[in-house]
Amino acid sequence: MTFYETVNVEYSIFKGASVQNPYLPYPVRIDGIVVESEDKNLKTFKFVFLNPEDEAKFAYKSGQFAELSVTGKGEIPIGIASSPTEKGFVMFTVNKVGLVSSYLHAMKVGDIMGIRGPFGNWFPWEQMEGKNIVIIGGGFAFTTLRSSIIYMLDPANRSKFKDINVIYGARAPGMLLYRDELVKWEKRDDINMHITVDGTDDPNWKYNTGFVPTITEQKAPVADDNTYAIVCGPPIMIKFTQPVLDKLGYSHDKIIMSLENRMKCGIGMCGRCNIGKEFVCKDGPVFTLEQLNKTPREY
Amino acid sequence: MKFIKIEKEKWAVGLEKLSDAYRLFGPVKESDFHNFKRIEKGELPDLICLNTRLSPKTLVYPQAEAMFEYSLDESREDHHIMKEIEKDITPQAVIGIRPCDAKAFILVRKNFDTPEYQDPYWLRAYESTTFVGLACHFPCTSCFCTTAGCGPFHEEGLDVLLVDAEDHYLAKALTDKGEGFLSAAGWDAEVKKDRAAKQIEAEKQKAEDKITTLINTDRLKQIDTVDLYKAPFWEDVAFSCINCGTCTYVCPTCWCFDIQDENRGASGMRIRIWDSCMFPLFTLHGSGHNPRNTKVHRVRQRFMHKLKYYVDKYDSGIQCVGCGRCVRLCPVNIDIRRVCDMMNNYGAGQDTCAA
Repeated sequence: MTFYETVNVEYSIFKGASVQNPYLPYPVRIDGIVVESEDKNLKTFKFVFLNPEDEAKFAYKSGQFAELSVTGKGEIPIGIASSPTEKGFVMFTVNKVGLVSSYLHAMKVGDIMGIRGPFGNWFPWEQMEGKNIVIIGGGFAFTTLRSSIIYMLDPANRSKFKDINVIYGARAPGMLLYRDELVKWEKRDDINMHITVDGTDDPNWKYNTGFVPTITEQKAPVADDNTYAIVCGPPIMIKFTQPVLDKLGYSHDKIIMSLENRMKCGIGMCGRCNIGKEFVCKDGPVFTLEQLNKTPREY
Repeated sequence: MKFIKIEKEKWAVGLEKLSDAYRLFGPVKESDFHNFKRIEKGELPDLICLNTRLSPKTLVYPQAEAMFEYSLDESREDHHIMKEIEKDITPQAVIGIRPCDAKAFILVRKNFDTPEYQDPYWLRAYESTTFVGLACHFPCTSCFCTTAGCGPFHEEGLDVLLVDAEDHYLAKALTDKGEGFLSAAGWDAEVKKDRAAKQIEAEKQKAEDKITTLINTDRLKQIDTVDLYKAPFWEDVAFSCINCGTCTYVCPTCWCFDIQDENRGASGMRIRIWDSCMFPLFTLHGSGHNPRNTKVHRVRQRFMHKLKYYVDKYDSGIQCVGCGRCVRLCPVNIDIRRVCDMMNNYGAGQDTCAA
């Protein structure tokens, strides 16, 4: 073997198909689009994989995210709104804010694009087994929380968790996500729903009115060692919910939060989403408040 | 480990032979400064150069690099599907790379080669490269490699170390790749190990003694991240910064990048390009919120990343090799050596002035 050949054998390990390129999206087709909010800024997209075997490769857990790849425009990191217990599709709810999300909002059923992932960690399901779960969500940060609720309510999983409380608020009734499902969950006796809006002039509104922190104070169970709170929402909600949880006695290792930051790679390499030494994309997006207290909290 | 004596008169002939087996790169003078360029058959690298203006990181990690190509033409079967692009990963050799720049690749590898994910572009290019280093006899006044985990004769990350010995180069083959490189050039005059090693050791000592600026990094690991983040000196450090990003572009250990789709008609490429923590857009959310919305945030991020986050994340030394480029090229004279001292001394009762 000449030197030249030796070198080439060494490189060939990278040429082989066995090494997955983490930047290569799985091709998907848009299979369904639902307008979620009355301002039409939130749409839910259902995707199916063009290559059926990619669905198995995309095995995920509630709390993870993916990069939606709109060919010719770019990628956006979005939490996975479907649950691993739902088969045959993956689902994402996207707020229309920038170049890629605006373009995606104009796309149609049948259009081809890509998905990379799943990325990041997930809510600590193993650790939360046998515990009470309090979900506190605000606005459009309810996507991975929907995934979590569907996952926990699955007949195969419900017995793994004790009481489930959900406090979910939006600015107005028309801004709540997944309204049909919220109504269904409201009627069940194995989940306590506390839906709220900041305000409404709808005389038929039969749920709560008030900001999420206020409703949390009224409805969330008092903390004990067996209760975890999962909090996802806009910064202002998180800021005012934390003192309430402190008051209710939640220790910071039992307060679970999911962060967002600008991302590109999704795999901890491009360098922009870090909070201190932690990459939100790879070491997160799920952190306990105890962990966040030890970071510069640049999110 | 072999030591080979390369008579300078055999240098050009060897390089010519090598250019059949490798794509060769080396320092070439362009206007007032040197940069790494392709050395075509018959050309010679300029090994007089103290160091290049830009680091050679671009040879493994190009400033702009195509990742995928795609078609937007819906009449095509594969429209909107990303396809890999064939890359030239035939052997390349970087001749005259300084030890600091070679060590920098080792530090950057920690980012691109992780247990969970491997960056195929960076790794393929790195593995296809043979690093033929040139020891520094005359370090610059801005060099501080000896206290940044490196040195003028440092061997980590090199396949061959060349030591200039007037009428010849003494070549130390450090890896199999390096031995292959030397033999492909036809340089085979082996010299006695002991004598060569002694000679190199003496030269190394002389060169190291010439480096007079030192940094201290011993306390960086023990200082609390949040305390250091909140230290009052960041305002002073950032005061004169104009967020031009020069430091990040010339730095051999800066690796941040952006990914963009570029279209032309009905086809396009997904490319990645160097990005910089100095730019507000780097962290701007779609909502308009920006977690690093002031230059103090951004300047602090650069130094904290290199000197604290990296140290903590990989339980290693700092993410800096002491090449001094950012010190020499910063238009407002921000000096990482002073910042490092301020960070290292923080809370130790010694204040360091930012000015």
